[in-house]
Amino acid sequence: MFVYITRRIIAGAFVMVGASFIVYLLMTQAGDPLAFTLAITNPTQRASVVEEVTRTLSLDVPPVQRYLEWLQRLVFEQDFGLVSVTQQPVSDELARRIPMTLKLVTAATVLSVVVGVITGIITALRQYSGFDYLVTFTTFLFFSLPLFWVAVILKAWGGINFNDWLRDGAHFSPTFVIAMALLLGVIGTSFAGGSPFRRLTIGAITAAVTVLLLAWVSANQWLINPGFGPIVFAVLSVGIAFGVIMVLTGWGNVRARNAALITCGIGIVSHFPLQAVFDGEFNIWMLFGLLAVGLAIATAVGFLVGGFDKGQSARTAATVAFLMGTLMFLDRMMQSWSEYSSSSVIRNRPIKTIGDREARLEGSFWVIANNTFAHLVLPTIALMLISVAAYTRYSRASMLEVLNQDYIRTARAKGLTERTVVIRHALRNALIPLATIVAFDISGIIGGAVITETVFQWDGMGRLFVDGLRDIDPNRVMAFFVVTGTFAVVFNLLADIIYAVLDPRIRVGE
Amino acid sequence: MSEELQRRAADVDADQLLDDEISLEMNEVVGLSQAQIVRRRFLRHRGAMISFAVLLFIVVLSATSVGWGPIPGWWKWDYNELVPRVEGDGGPTLSFRPSWLGGSGIMIGDHPFGVDNEVGKDMFAQTMRGVQTSLAIIVVLGVLSTTIGVVIGALSGYYGRWVDAVLMRFTDIVIVMPLLVITAVAGFALDLAGMWPVAIALGIFTWTGLARLVRAEFLALREREFVDAARVANASDRRIIFKHILPNTVGTIVVSTTLLMGAGILTEAALGFLGFGVRPPAVSLGSLVNSYQGAYETRPWLFIWPGVFVVAIVLCLQFIGDGLRDAFDPRQKRIPKHKDLDRGGEITRVTPAAAGVLGEAEDQR
Repeated sequence: MFVYITRRIIAGAFVMVGASFIVYLLMTQAGDPLAFTLAITNPTQRASVVEEVTRTLSLDVPPVQRYLEWLQRLVFEQDFGLVSVTQQPVSDELARRIPMTLKLVTAATVLSVVVGVITGIITALRQYSGFDYLVTFTTFLFFSLPLFWVAVILKAWGGINFNDWLRDGAHFSPTFVIAMALLLGVIGTSFAGGSPFRRLTIGAITAAVTVLLLAWVSANQWLINPGFGPIVFAVLSVGIAFGVIMVLTGWGNVRARNAALITCGIGIVSHFPLQAVFDGEFNIWMLFGLLAVGLAIATAVGFLVGGFDKGQSARTAATVAFLMGTLMFLDRMMQSWSEYSSSSVIRNRPIKTIGDREARLEGSFWVIANNTFAHLVLPTIALMLISVAAYTRYSRASMLEVLNQDYIRTARAKGLTERTVVIRHALRNALIPLATIVAFDISGIIGGAVITETVFQWDGMGRLFVDGLRDIDPNRVMAFFVVTGTFAVVFNLLADIIYAVLDPRIRVGE
Repeated sequence: MSEELQRRAADVDADQLLDDEISLEMNEVVGLSQAQIVRRRFLRHRGAMISFAVLLFIVVLSATSVGWGPIPGWWKWDYNELVPRVEGDGGPTLSFRPSWLGGSGIMIGDHPFGVDNEVGKDMFAQTMRGVQTSLAIIVVLGVLSTTIGVVIGALSGYYGRWVDAVLMRFTDIVIVMPLLVITAVAGFALDLAGMWPVAIALGIFTWTGLARLVRAEFLALREREFVDAARVANASDRRIIFKHILPNTVGTIVVSTTLLMGAGILTEAALGFLGFGVRPPAVSLGSLVNSYQGAYETRPWLFIWPGVFVVAIVLCLQFIGDGLRDAFDPRQKRIPKHKDLDRGGEITRVTPAAAGVLGEAEDQR
């Protein structure tokens, strides 16, 4: 293993040096790095800028030597050089842009993995059903969407039409309600299993619930002033607990059921005193701290009532706690939504399309969090469309592969319930190849999303690269290349190691 | 597997069922060559056939409407021709809503996709020209990347050892190089306007995935008996690579080239959107979307139509690729529908035994 990793790292270093050499040489042939100085009219000033840039970029030495000097500075002094236009250190730019990019892409990646894997697993379980065909077509459609085209449309739709609609009272038109009811009814019908009558009934119930829900949202102007209130929160929490029990353990497992329900009860009760904590001095670390405390309590409950199967109960209870914590967070966010959107800076146009936050806005942690959310929502949707489609395809294929294995047949043959077969035997093995794909995709995160950043005007890594390319500034382009390339090499290696660790059939280095 | 199917399967005597299955499966393929089986399966794939027809329609429409090179087209405007100013906002005249529903009747009109009044360009002609450029780019891309990918993958997989190590490290280098740099350099250094730098740059930098796939196939196939047999018969390396092994990898190559071409349209459009793609006076779908992105709120048709064609072409290629994958996959079976089962008896369920018989087809790959 150690030899394998060392060999891979050395090979990766050689690849990086080779590729950076080619990219650097290409950059020296890409155009005139002094072109921007033509805009300066004062000849003496211009001459001094030209001289300055020539020195920073070593334009007076041949390209190969220039590359070697650059490499030497990078390796021995960790110096990325200066930005040609502003003469500021590139490392300052990196320090500013990497967090920005992470902020933009992390949420989209996490959500895409969760949504995509769940959809993929369900379509695999219902292979060749109406739902499967619907999802397959949708994924193909999403794959075919040009990101920039969708992003521009989303920007116009979310930034103008949706905000106008909110201003006009947030009432759904009857056509919209009927269309949504039909759509969800069809999805419900195709999703359900069993006889045609049962499926149609489920579809009709879905449609009816949709109509009622939308009518209620519309009548109460819920989208302008959203919130759960304690009763809806309690109902949703109990729903979460039931859902988790049904999916993970089944109603028959009394111990896990009790653990989940006790956790749910603790969560509902602690919801009230926690409001005071939320309203006081609050920050992101406290948020994570509370989540950790919640998970710890749930695990303890699971161990106390778990009996002979402590692990199972603890996992179920912890899942309930995690989902309820998320719900509590959303609930608190919603309580501050109207404070955010009616503030004098936002002026009731809450959904934002430019930049990562409204710098002039001041307020509590929750108002700022809403601010971030409002800026993130559209780019996140744009990014998610394509990656959800990809993860759905991967996880569907992976799950189908596993479901055809002999050990699944064995599990069924010895009389295990379908839930145990799917959740314990199939799902865990289906997730192994996905782990490597996710590890690989994470390496792409740092590179940012050039197009999304362009459309929504985020100053992330992608913009650094494109701007550098436009100004023919090798320092910026190479800094981007070194950071993203290193991440790609490291995470590729990590993906292979994860695969070998998770799947005992795979051995690395042989 | 549906419950219905399980119940029925239990009813039938197991041995009899197995025999039936094998003979049913064999009936499908008996007396047919591998190529015929693949062709049949492809022609039966409904999604792929519909997509094929749509794609053909788009190709013919774009090729004939504005003409290609010196050949004139039937459409009244050319893509670079100034059209007279149109009264009003210049919206699309294409209409499918009959007059009795309050529309203007089913008509095409002077400017079916609208007109850009500021510059004086007909959008239909521009979009058609964009489709031509984009299609030409992915054809070049497909040919170039398939050639390079197959050669590198085949050499690397067949010879192994140091050839493999060198070629795969080279592939790694190409993978980590950003495509935008290449096209920017190709456009500037070669001083080429128009589509060729983009097409060539895309072609010589998108073969990496295919090379890895072909290499993996070669690694597995070169250990097989038919390769030993060819070697014993004193066949040259070249003959073994191109005549014996390569035909067995055609499925992988065709499928991934189709999908690569679909992705190529999107990549070209994305490059155009960032300003590093096809440059004026040439027009591609990406450059059209780029130049009209500011017009979306006031004159959406300028922006929508090129995008619609991007989506349509890529979607068609995706479905064709999916159909080809199913056609080349020997494990792929027709799935019985409920109505097939209700007809009784005709169970084409896949069992390992039947799959084993068909595994011979797999051996041919």
